[in-house]
Amino acid sequence: MTAREQILTRIRSKTAKGDDAARRAAVEARLAQHPRNLIPQRGQGDDEHRIGVFTSMMQAVGGTVEVIADINDVPHCVADYLRGQNLPAIVRRGSDPLIATLPWHRGGALEVMEGPAIDSDRASVTHAFAGVAETGTVIQISGPENPTTLNFLPEVHIAVLEMKDLFASYEEAWTKLRVRMGEGQMPRTVNMISGPSRTADIEQTIVRPAHGPKNMHVILVR
Amino acid sequence: MEAYTQTFPANTAKALADASLQQAMTDTGPHFVSKRAKARDALPEFDALRDQARDIKDHVLAHLDLYLEHYEKKVTESGGHVHWAATAEEARAAILGICKRVNARIVTKGKSMISEEIDINKYLAEAGHTPVETDLGEYLIQLRGERPSHIIAPAIHLTRDQVEADFRKAHTHLDPNRDLSEIPTMVEEARQVLRQKYLTADVGITGANFLVAETGTSIIVTNEGNGDLTQILPKVHIVIASIEKIVPTLEDTTTILRVLARSATGQDFSNYTTFSTGPRREGDPDGPGEYHVVILDNGRSNVLGTEFQDMLRCIRCGACLNHCPVYQAVGGHAYGWVYPGPIGAVVTPAIIGIEKARHLPNASTFCGRCEEVCPMRIPLPKMLRHWREKEFEKHLQPVSMRWGMGVWAFFAKRPKLYQFATRIAVRVLSNQGHGKGRLSKVPLASAWTQTRDFPAPQGKTFQQMWKERRQ
Repeated sequence: MTAREQILTRIRSKTAKGDDAARRAAVEARLAQHPRNLIPQRGQGDDEHRIGVFTSMMQAVGGTVEVIADINDVPHCVADYLRGQNLPAIVRRGSDPLIATLPWHRGGALEVMEGPAIDSDRASVTHAFAGVAETGTVIQISGPENPTTLNFLPEVHIAVLEMKDLFASYEEAWTKLRVRMGEGQMPRTVNMISGPSRTADIEQTIVRPAHGPKNMHVILVR
Repeated sequence: MEAYTQTFPANTAKALADASLQQAMTDTGPHFVSKRAKARDALPEFDALRDQARDIKDHVLAHLDLYLEHYEKKVTESGGHVHWAATAEEARAAILGICKRVNARIVTKGKSMISEEIDINKYLAEAGHTPVETDLGEYLIQLRGERPSHIIAPAIHLTRDQVEADFRKAHTHLDPNRDLSEIPTMVEEARQVLRQKYLTADVGITGANFLVAETGTSIIVTNEGNGDLTQILPKVHIVIASIEKIVPTLEDTTTILRVLARSATGQDFSNYTTFSTGPRREGDPDGPGEYHVVILDNGRSNVLGTEFQDMLRCIRCGACLNHCPVYQAVGGHAYGWVYPGPIGAVVTPAIIGIEKARHLPNASTFCGRCEEVCPMRIPLPKMLRHWREKEFEKHLQPVSMRWGMGVWAFFAKRPKLYQFATRIAVRVLSNQGHGKGRLSKVPLASAWTQTRDFPAPQGKTFQQMWKERRQ
């Protein structure tokens, strides 16, 4: 008997009490309907409420949020932010159409490189798939548009989040993802990111960063 | 992993005499408790979410075979490979086989308790690979050749002075006169050293907090970002997880995630929650070329359908450790195997056998705080009691204890005789107290009175006083 059969047989002998068809039906229904469970009130509300909760939650974990009205101001904001952090005016992005077609010349001397991150990259800019107000969380999905390494290797991660994608709860992001990918399908990686990297492994003292970005900056576009 | 559970009493004596450990426990212990309380208070729905989290896992355990099958199907569809392992040995064979095939030199590792359970680092090293722990706490204990002393804070038993000394010993390529007096400097040093490991690793191994049946996805929850760098940079990603990590859907996962970080570190949400499904896709400029999941049983399926089943709901948050007076007094190493604290005292006998682990279920005052704070509402004290019963049934206790229990049982089963005997005993002990209210010597209880007085009875038994009250 293979390990697989051994394990599944043992589980069945211990749990499979009652009607097999009913058990299967229960599992299939749950997987197909993926019902929502209790969703906390915290993030629920109009745009201003969600912006407020998202911002305060992100700040509480050491991230920063900048709210702008015109997406064409993003290059300028990125350049400003890097200057404020004393970083060179170089930023890495993926092939995301929204980010790629921004008027990057408005960032002044800002140099924009495309592709996955490499170790020497100091800053990246990504297009967030979604934001979740409840815990100040940015959701990124993998692919050439926004390579996963952009979220982790550079010192500074700047995420551009559109207001239409700032949800109250994670559940709404799952709904959007199913529309994009299809039922039961996922991108290779979905990253939920709440603030810059941190550790408390030495004497429970919180230190930022640990291995990932030192700063996380969200540009929220109304 | 080799167990030192049989010497638990001696382990605890050593732990209590370890000044550095006691310092570390005193400094850090209370933080977890207050942070969790704050996070709980900030979310009015917290307890209702705990109920739902419990129900989700109960549903999974009742249908575990079916969910595992669906999970496997989805992993395969996404281009990943599932390796089933009934034992630790089989899990190791699967991992070593992959590492050998791709000729791995450096194998980076995210934090994984299952990898401790199967002792994979030792076997990787023996096979000529170089395992490198990348979670800071795990890295610290790897340098020392130790095992984790806490489920989520593996190096909680260490002080900064010890870390400084270890770094100076291990990082000999750096200036020996460098300043390492501050914790952020130490963290930066570890960041620099480990960054090179991520970039040169051939295989990355991570654990999984959850396996999502709906999508064939494995999930890691970290704060450092080490798990992500471990899994996206090498050409092969191996996930090692046990069978009970299955959760039906993304929605169900989300519900449990809402109670996980709050119970563990008191964060609303961990910094990085990462969902991984299969290897690099067409057009992906990064990510691993191969994705493997090793699913380990190692005795867990034997627990299903028994009075111990509820332990399989555990999401390894560590809240029961943080709130346990015994754990806080002796730290994690005294427990002698992989999982310490109340959950360790329940899980360890199930995996390595009550014969070897019989001391652990006795390492409890039954104060009940573990059950009170458990996000999955696992009735830990009840299970500890069940293990004590097993210990008794299997005649594992010393003869003197069994004899004492036998004598007590003889009286307890004869209420009249019991009342008579306790009345006499209480009167005698009360007189012995000579009005001081305490006894410095009690027959058969020298272990107690060696170090402290025994409170003298007040003169009447509980049943006598009860009777008087009711009149």
